[in-house]
Order: sequence, then structure tokens, then C-alpha cells
Amino acid sequence: MSPLFGDESKAPVATEAAVDSADPYTLGPLQAGPPCCDPEPLIRVEDLSLYYGPKPALEDVTLDIYRGCITALIGPSGCGKTSFLSVLNRLTDLIPGCRVSGRIRLGTLDLHDPNLDVQTLRREVGMIFQKPAPFPLSIRRNLELPLREHGVTKRSELDGVLEQALRDVGLWDEVKERLDASALALSGGQQQRLCIARALALKPRVLLMDEPCSALDPISSGVVEDLIRSLCGRYTVVIVTHNLAQARRIANYAGFFWVRERAGCLIEFGRCHQIFESPTHALTAAYVSGGRG
Amino acid sequence: MPEAFARHRNFSFGLNADRLAALSVWLTATAISGLFLWLLADIAWRGIARLSWPFLTEPPTDAGRTGGIGSILVSTGLILLVALASAVPVGVGTAVWLSEFVRPGSAFGRFVRRSLTVLAGVPSIVFGLFGNALFCVYLGMGFSILSGGLTLACMVLPILISTCEAGLRSAPDEYRLAAAALGLSRTAALIHLLLPAATPAFVAGLMLGIGRAVAETAALIFTSGYVDRMPTSVFDSGRALSVHIYDLSMNVAGGDPNAHAAALVLIAGLTIVNTAAAGLTNRWLRRRIITP
Repeated sequence: MSPLFGDESKAPVATEAAVDSADPYTLGPLQAGPPCCDPEPLIRVEDLSLYYGPKPALEDVTLDIYRGCITALIGPSGCGKTSFLSVLNRLTDLIPGCRVSGRIRLGTLDLHDPNLDVQTLRREVGMIFQKPAPFPLSIRRNLELPLREHGVTKRSELDGVLEQALRDVGLWDEVKERLDASALALSGGQQQRLCIARALALKPRVLLMDEPCSALDPISSGVVEDLIRSLCGRYTVVIVTHNLAQARRIANYAGFFWVRERAGCLIEFGRCHQIFESPTHALTAAYVSGGRG
Repeated sequence: MPEAFARHRNFSFGLNADRLAALSVWLTATAISGLFLWLLADIAWRGIARLSWPFLTEPPTDAGRTGGIGSILVSTGLILLVALASAVPVGVGTAVWLSEFVRPGSAFGRFVRRSLTVLAGVPSIVFGLFGNALFCVYLGMGFSILSGGLTLACMVLPILISTCEAGLRSAPDEYRLAAAALGLSRTAALIHLLLPAATPAFVAGLMLGIGRAVAETAALIFTSGYVDRMPTSVFDSGRALSVHIYDLSMNVAGGDPNAHAAALVLIAGLTIVNTAAAGLTNRWLRRRIITP
């Protein structure tokens, strides 16, 4: 049981069939949203504003992230999507001069609580970056370093978690012979999957992904995308992507961000197919159809 | 196409600006290495005759004209040990503070950096007088290896700090972000990721520091003194190798042959330490798989 959250048993289960029913490589109407959608908010964001110095980078964002679903955030560069992600695991703390206002609740937890143990929070809310960021260590040490930091030190347990995490991302068969080789020798796609495995090894509840495929070639990108899709129902995923087709293929919910008076804001949020098929806002319609942005 | 290529080649046979530039950088590089080789050959030529195992182990006699440099080597080693033992922890600590803890634009951080730049340019004789006033007189350590080592530590700190800080800064920010996102503490990120990444730069700085310390004369004459007896503790006065060389060639008539031999030992020692440090760092890094 996770130390930060309540009961997990109500987590919705995505049926693979619902996701796979549409050919992932066509852009036809998608029966988006697996029947996970007895939506139960896990993260509630209300009136979130974020400032770098005096200048707002994000204004008045209110949205719910649903448990077990994949939520895609789309929009042009500089509209605050990445900043929004960093708020959810308090990586914003690392940015000098960054100030966040509004209410953000994660389960029963207030993210602004000054007594919040940020290290535990970040264990629960993993993050994957655009550029794969394996540590300059062996594959094994990449996974073990964070585990040890969080108190897992028994050899047998470490080995078990390591194998499970690498299997989850489909990397086990590729690297099991060379766990002690440098992680930097892996290909870009393998490095990114290693980073996902490293986050999964900590058994997070939420995974934040900041354009996880954009630095990868199309084949690796496809592998990582399939992996993300397989996380649906098991983890709550928030993914920032500039690849609209990808968002459409993998997401259950989508949020569209735009820049207004040089500050990012959320224009529209809803079921993925609704955002793409019948957006209510003219800007969204123009963006998803390629008319703007 | 081949025609154009040929024309281009023909053209480059003439003396154009590119060739002139290439020629001059080649010339300067050759001149520098030539100078170094000349120096080395001269010292080796004059010094090698006196070099022997007894020369390395026996104490100097007749003001250094005869005998060896055994006690001098021990004093030099002790001075260096004191200097490094005090400079390395302070240096690494300051570098970590400067690169990881100071907010950009902090006035205090700027002040510390500026002080280091100024300190790096202070002549060593000033360090010697300062060391004499602080360690020998005020702190009552007298002319001793301890005073000399601490003075040298002050002298090499700026270079140690700036190379270590540069090494830490060159560690990609992705490591810091990824480590934070995995819930690693700052300390863990430092110990497991950032300091290892900064190690090559730090070792390079350390070598520069050791080189500067071993070659130092002015700062040591006033602090560790020039007693050439075998020291019994760090509270004894001890003569460093460079001081010995200085004394033999400037103050002792007929000391030149031994001065050359001592200089040869100094240069050989520095070369060995440098090579060994580079090799060890490489092996260590490969074992930690910092480099694939």
C-alpha cells in the first residue's frame, strides 16, 4: 500500500481490447477512452498559477487527472505544459524564483503543504524527461541507486524488482546479459525505456512524461508508445506531447494549452475523442486540425 | 568535378593565408615542445651523473655539496601531505557550495568567486609572509612543516576550487533533474553522480596544485624554513626540495651538480605523479562506468 494515497482497489482497469481496437497507425475516428472511465479524480488542480519571477508562465489552470487513465497535454511550445508537469512532483522547487499558487491535491495530499516530504512525493510521482537521462552508471546501478535511496537494500529484493521493472518495459531480454555494462551504451530508445523502468521500480502511482518520444527515432518511438499504452489502467499517466497523432492514439483524456497574453492557460479539457472530434473551443478545433499552432 | 578539385589543390600549393596560419601554429607548438625538451635534456645531462640510490636516501652534507637529499625528500613529502590533507576537503566543500548551493546572482557567491580570482593571482612571496605572520607567529607553530603545508594549502586552494567547481558545473543538469525526480536526496546525487562526474577535472586541478606546491620556494622559506635535517615530526622545520635547489644554486659555491640532480628528481617525481594520477582516475572511472 502506498504511504501517500488511500485505497488502490478502486483503480479502473483498462481493457486492452478497447485501446487496441483502433489501428494505432491510422488516424480514423478513435473509440478513445477505454471503459476505465468511471472517472475518479486522483489529482485535482484548482486555479493553478505559476510565476517565474514576476511573470506568470501559467494562469488559472483547473483540471482533474483521473486515476488509471492516460491524460495527454497538447499545445504549442512555451504554453506551460512542462511547467504544469513539474508542479505535480514539485520539481518547480528546484527553479530559483519560481512561485506556484492555487490548490493542488493528490489523493488526500496537499501538494503545497510545507511539511510534505518531497522525496516521498517524487517516489510516488515519477517523471520521464524528453531527453533520456540515464545516469553514467551500469544498467543495474541505474535501477538500484534510487531503490537503495528509498530503503530497499536486500540483494534478493533488489534483484527481483530490477528484473520485474526491466520486464515491464520490455528491456529484460535485451539487457539481461549485460546488466553491469554502462547504461550510456544503450540506444536512445533503450535508454528511455531504462528511465521508465527506473521510475517504475519505485512503484509510483503517477507517471509524468515530458515528450518522452520526441528525441527518439520512429521505431523506438513506437516501442515506447506501446509501452506507455500498456501502462494504462495500472498507472496514472500524464503525458506532454507535440505529436497529436500520438496523443490521439494513446490518451483517454486530453487538455489543450495555449498562450494568452504571454501566459499559458488551459483552453479545453475533456475526453480525448471529444477534444479531437468535437472540440467546443474554436482554438482547439484549429489546433487539432492543423489550422493553428 | 575532378577538375575543380585539382584546381583547388593546385591553388593550395601557393602561400595563402590558410597555409601561413597553419605554418605559424605548427611553429609555435614546435617551439614550445622544443623549449621543454631542451630544459629537460639540460637538467638530465647535468644531473644524471650524481643520481644514485644513496643520493635519494642519504642526508645532505657540507651544506648540500655532497651527500644526498633523503631528508629533503621526506620534508617535501610531509609538507605536501599537510597541504593536500587540508586543501582537498576545504576545496571540495567550497566547490560544492559554489556550484550546487549558491543561487545565481547571489552577492556572497560573487564575492567568494572574486576573492578566489584575486587569491589565485597573489604572488607566492605574499603567501609566504602571510603564512609566516599567521601560522608561524600568531598561531605559534614556528618554522615548521605544518606552517609550510598550511601556507601551501592557502596557495593552491583557488586553483583546486575553480577546477572542481568547473567539473561539477560540467555535469549535465539532467543528472540533477533526473535524480531529484526519482526522490534522491541532494547528498546522494552529489556522492553518486556529480562528484564522480567532476573527478577528472578535480584530479587535473589537484595535479596543477601539487605541481605548484612542489615547485614553491618563496612561500616556504618563511614558513617551513630551511633546516636540512631529517624531520622527526610536522612541528620540525624542514627544507623542501625546491628550497634546496634554490639554496644550492644561489648560496652554495660548488653546489650546482647536486642542484641539477635534485631538479631532475623533482621533475621526474612530478611526471610520475601526473601519469599515475591520470591512469588511476581512468581506471577508477571505467570501473564505475562513468565512461562507457
